[in-house]
Amino acid sequence: MADELHRLTLHAAAEGLRAGQFTSVELSQALLDRIQAVDGHIGAYLTVTADLALEQAASADKRLAAGDSGPLLGLPIALKDVLTTAGVETTCASRILQGFIPPYDATAVTRLKQAGAVTLGKTNMDEFAMGSSNEHSAYKPVRNPWDLDKVPGGSSGGSAAAVAADECLAALGTDTGGSVRQPAALCGCVGLKPTYGRISRFGLIAFASSLDQIGVLTKDVTDAALLLGALAGHDPRDSTSAEEPVPDYAGELNRDIGGLRIGVAPEYFGEGLDPQVGNSVRAAIHALLGAGATEREISLPHTAYALPTYYVIAPSEASANLARYNGVKYGLSDPQATDVDEMMARIRGQGFGSEVKRRIMIGTFALSSGYYDAYYVRAQKVRTLIKSDFESAFENVDVIAAPVVPSPAFDLGAKLDDPVAMYQSDIMTLPASLAGLPCLSIPCGFVEGLPVGLQLIAPPFAESRLLQAAGAYERARGNLPAPTKAIDAK
Amino acid sequence: MTVATAYRTVIGLETHVQLRTNSKMFCGCAADYANAPPNTHVCPVCLGMPGVLPVINREAVDHTIRTGLALHCEIPEYAKFDRKNYAYPDLMKWYQISQYDLPLCIDGHFDVEVGGATTRIGITRVHLEEDTARLTHVTAADGAPASLIDVNRSGAPLMEIVSEPDIRTPAEAMAYGEKLRALLRWIGVSTANMEDGALRIDANISVWPEGEPTGDVKVEVKNMNSFRALGRALDFEIKRQTARRERGEPIEQETRGWDETSGTTLSQRTKEYAHDYRYFPEPDLPPLHIIRQRVDTLRTGLPRMPDQVAADLIEQGSPEADVAELVQDRPLTDYTLAVIEAGASASEAVTWIVHELRRALNAQTDKSTSTPIPPTEVASLLALRARGAVSSTMAGEVLDEMFDTGKSAAEIVQARGPQISGQDELLAIARQVIQENPQAVQDFRDGKGRALQFLMGQVMRITRGKANPQAVSTLIRTELDTTK
Amino acid sequence: MSIDRSQVDHAAELARLALSDDERERLRGELGQILQAFEALNTLDTEHIPPTAQVIPLGNVERDDKVADSLPLDSVLANAPRVEDGQIRVPPVLEGS
Ligand SMILES: [Mg+2]
Ligand SMILES: [Zn+2]
Repeated sequence: MADELHRLTLHAAAEGLRAGQFTSVELSQALLDRIQAVDGHIGAYLTVTADLALEQAASADKRLAAGDSGPLLGLPIALKDVLTTAGVETTCASRILQGFIPPYDATAVTRLKQAGAVTLGKTNMDEFAMGSSNEHSAYKPVRNPWDLDKVPGGSSGGSAAAVAADECLAALGTDTGGSVRQPAALCGCVGLKPTYGRISRFGLIAFASSLDQIGVLTKDVTDAALLLGALAGHDPRDSTSAEEPVPDYAGELNRDIGGLRIGVAPEYFGEGLDPQVGNSVRAAIHALLGAGATEREISLPHTAYALPTYYVIAPSEASANLARYNGVKYGLSDPQATDVDEMMARIRGQGFGSEVKRRIMIGTFALSSGYYDAYYVRAQKVRTLIKSDFESAFENVDVIAAPVVPSPAFDLGAKLDDPVAMYQSDIMTLPASLAGLPCLSIPCGFVEGLPVGLQLIAPPFAESRLLQAAGAYERARGNLPAPTKAIDAK
Repeated sequence: MTVATAYRTVIGLETHVQLRTNSKMFCGCAADYANAPPNTHVCPVCLGMPGVLPVINREAVDHTIRTGLALHCEIPEYAKFDRKNYAYPDLMKWYQISQYDLPLCIDGHFDVEVGGATTRIGITRVHLEEDTARLTHVTAADGAPASLIDVNRSGAPLMEIVSEPDIRTPAEAMAYGEKLRALLRWIGVSTANMEDGALRIDANISVWPEGEPTGDVKVEVKNMNSFRALGRALDFEIKRQTARRERGEPIEQETRGWDETSGTTLSQRTKEYAHDYRYFPEPDLPPLHIIRQRVDTLRTGLPRMPDQVAADLIEQGSPEADVAELVQDRPLTDYTLAVIEAGASASEAVTWIVHELRRALNAQTDKSTSTPIPPTEVASLLALRARGAVSSTMAGEVLDEMFDTGKSAAEIVQARGPQISGQDELLAIARQVIQENPQAVQDFRDGKGRALQFLMGQVMRITRGKANPQAVSTLIRTELDTTK
Repeated sequence: MSIDRSQVDHAAELARLALSDDERERLRGELGQILQAFEALNTLDTEHIPPTAQVIPLGNVERDDKVADSLPLDSVLANAPRVEDGQIRVPPVLEGS
C-alpha cells in the first residue's frame, strides 16, 4: 500500500492519517520519491523543498498524535511558483527573478500552513503566468502526463501536471484568463477558480491585478471543496478581498441538485470547437440532467469579444505590474554597469522571455497617449457588457455549463510561433474571468486518449452551488474509462 | 530701433507636502524616518517586492480632505487612485500610486497678500499620492561613481496641491508658499519644513508678450529648498525667458533645476526619454466614496483659520503687522487668545506677546513656544502695567523673573516694592538729572521732543523703572518751565 | 492595423525594454496582427456603457493609521544585487545639467 500513497486524494489521505494507517512523514516521503522518479519526464517542479516538507510532516504527525485535526493536517500540497514563499526561491519561472527569496509568505500559503499542510515545492508555469501551454517557462517546459509530447496547458501547467502525475495530492494555481481551468482540462484534473476576491491575492505575484485569482487543482471535487475552505476568506492585506462569509464547502457538497437550472449558451458550441470535445461536454450535461438538473438555453452575446477585451486589459495591467523588475532591488542585475538607465533596460530585455515582452509591449501601447481611449477604456466598457451578459443569464439559471477548451492538448511547439492561435485556446475561459465569476473544470471524457473538461460557471460567491453541481456530475459520471497515462506506462 | 515689448508672467505652483501620519501611505512602516538610519523603515510593500498590495491609510485621506476644506475646495463624493507610470530608480514599483482624474479635492482658492494688496489664487486640485525613495549620488568605496538608495521615504504619504496659473510675480509666489506653510502647520497636517523636504514647491512659469494669447509652453522649475530660492529662481527665469523672447528665440517646454551656487536654473534633461505617464485606475484599490458626514466631521474638527483669527484681532485694535506675525504660529496665537480671554486687551496682548513675550521666550533655553506661564498670569501682568503699577521696562524684567522663578506677577511686583510716586523723592532725582544733562535741557528748550524722552529715561534708569512715567514727565516739564 | 517601426521603438522606450533589431521587427508584425484583432471592439456601440475597472463592488477600504513592524535591515538588503553603507547600490544615475 505504501508505494501507492502518492495516488491518494486529499480526503482519502486525511482518513488514512487519522486512522493511523500511515504517517504524514511516510506520505510526504512517498510523494518526494514519486517526484524523484517521474519529474525528470514531466518538469512539473522548479523547486522541491524536501527538507521543509519532511519537517512540516513530522510536526503534523505530532499534532495528529495529539488528536489534533486540521482540515489539511499532514497533507502534501504543491505551490505554483507565482506565490511568494518565505525563505524559498520564488521566480515566476522567469529569469529576471532568478535567486529571489521573499521574506514573506503569500496569505494563501500562510493559510495552508495554518491548516497543517505539507508544502512540497514550487511548480513550473508559464513565465509570470503568461501562456496557455507552459512552454513559456524560462527554465523548462512541462509535459502532459497523459502524452509526453503534448503540452499540459498553462499557465498553471506545472501544478496541473503534478496533480495528474501524482507528484502531489493537490496544488495551488492561479487563473487570470483560464490558467487553472485550461491546464486542469488538458491534464484531466479538477481545476477551480473562485470568485475574484474570494481568496487573498497578497503574495500572488501580479500579472493582471483585476483578473488574477488563486485557484486549486485537485484529483476530485471533494478535494477542491476542502482546499477552497482552507484558503477562502477576507484578508486585510488585500483591499480587493471580499468580506463575504465562507460556507462549509465540503459539508454542503453532497446536497441534492434536483431542480438546479443549467444554462447552455450556443456561443460556446460554435465553430472552432472540436466536435468530439463538444460531444463529451454535451454528454456531461446529460449526466447532470440525469441527476435532477434542468437545462435552459441562454445567450451570452458578447462572448466573442472576450478575447480582444482580455488581451487589452491583462497586458495593460501587466505592463505596470512587471515594471518593478529592473535589476535594482532584487533578481537579475548587473552591478558593474556604468549607467543605471542603460542597465535597467538591458536587464529587462535579457530577463524577460518573448511572451512577457510581447505582452508588456501590447499593454504599453494600449495605455499610451492617443490609444488609451480607443483600447483600454473601450475594453473596460466591453468588459461591462460581458459581465452583464452573465448577470442577465443568471436571472434564469443557477449554473452555466460549457467546454473549457476548444480542443484537447496540442503538441509541444505547435503554437509557439503563432501567438494569436495560442491566445485562441483561452476563448472559453476568458469570459468568466473578465466577469470575476467562480468557475471550474472537471474531467468529462477523453478525445484521442487525451482528457477534456466540462466547465461550470456560477454567480459571484456561489462556489458552494458550483461545487455541488460538479460533485453531482462526478457521482453520475463515475470513473471514466481512462487510458493509461504515459507517465505510468514508463 | 524696435519698441520694447511688455511681457506678462504666468506662474502656477505645484506643492508637494509630506503628511504627518504615524504610518506610511499604503503600508504600516513608520512614516517618521527623519532620524532613522537608511532602510530601517522598509517592508515588502514600500520596497516594491513582488506580490505585495497597498492598503489606504485613512488618516492620510482625512488630512488631504482637511487641507482641501481649508483651501475652500469642493470634496467630490467619488475619488479613486490611479497608477502613474514612469521609470526611475527611486520609484520602487516604477509606477506611483497617485490620483489622476478623480482627486480628493477640487476647485478651491487661497488669498495671499503682497504689499497690502490681496490676490486670490485658484486651487485646481489637492490629491494624495506616495513619496519616492531617496537617491544619493556618491563616489563609492571602490572609487567608482554610484547611486545609493535609501527606501525609508518610499511610500511616505504625499499630498500635492496644484494652483491655477494665477500668480504673476515672484513675490506673490513667495507669499503663497509662506502662507500655505503656515496654514498646513495651523491645521496640523504637516510639519511643512522645507529644509527636510516635508514641503517642496515646484513652479511652472512662462513669460508671454503682452497682448499675445497665453499658450501652454511651460518651463517647470524644481529644487528650490527655501522661499528665498523660490523667489530668486523665478526672477532668474523671468529674465532668461524675456531675454530669449527678445532675441526671438523659442522657449522650450522643459524641466529646469535651481542651482543655488550659480544662482541660475539649469536644464535637467537627461538622455531624452519620451514621457507618457500612462495613467490607469489602480486595480489593487477600490474607489473611495467620500460620504458627506465624513466631510462634515472633518470640517467641524478644523480650527478657525488664521485669516479669521487675524481679522478679529485687527478689528479689536491690534496692529496688522504684529497680528500677521502672530498667526504664523498657532500655539502662540492660541496662547494670546487665552490671555485676551483672561481679560487683557487684544491690542496690548498681541503687541506685547509678539515682542516682549517672544523676546523673553527666546531668552529662555527652551525655545518652544509652550510657556510655563499660565495666560492668566500674563493677563494680570498686563493689567498691572495698564494701571501704571508697573512700567513697560519693569514689566519686561518682571516677565523674565516669572520665567526664572515661576512666581506670579503680583508677587514679584510686591517684592520689588511699589513705584516711586512720592513727589519729593522724584523731584530730587529729576533735578539731579536736569543738572547732569545741560545739552538735553537745551535740546528740549529748542523743542526737540526726543530730549524729554531722554531725560525721562535717565530718571527711570536711576529709579530702576519704579517711577510712574506719567508723574516723571509732568515733573520734568514743570521743572524746566520754572527754571527758564 | 499596421504598426511602423517608430511605434515599436516608442513603446519599447516607454517600457524600458532593450530589444534587438530582430525582436523589434518580429514585434512589429505581431503587434500589428494583435491590434488588428482589437479592432473588433470598435464594432460595438459602447458610448453609454460605463467602464468596469473592478468586478466586485467594494469601496472605502482603508486601514487605521497604525505602525506595523518593518523588515530587519538585512532582509531589506538580502536580495539587493549590491549594497553599500546599508543602502542599495546601483550604477550611477547620469543626471543631466
Ligand atoms: Mg506629484
Ligand atoms: Zn513599508
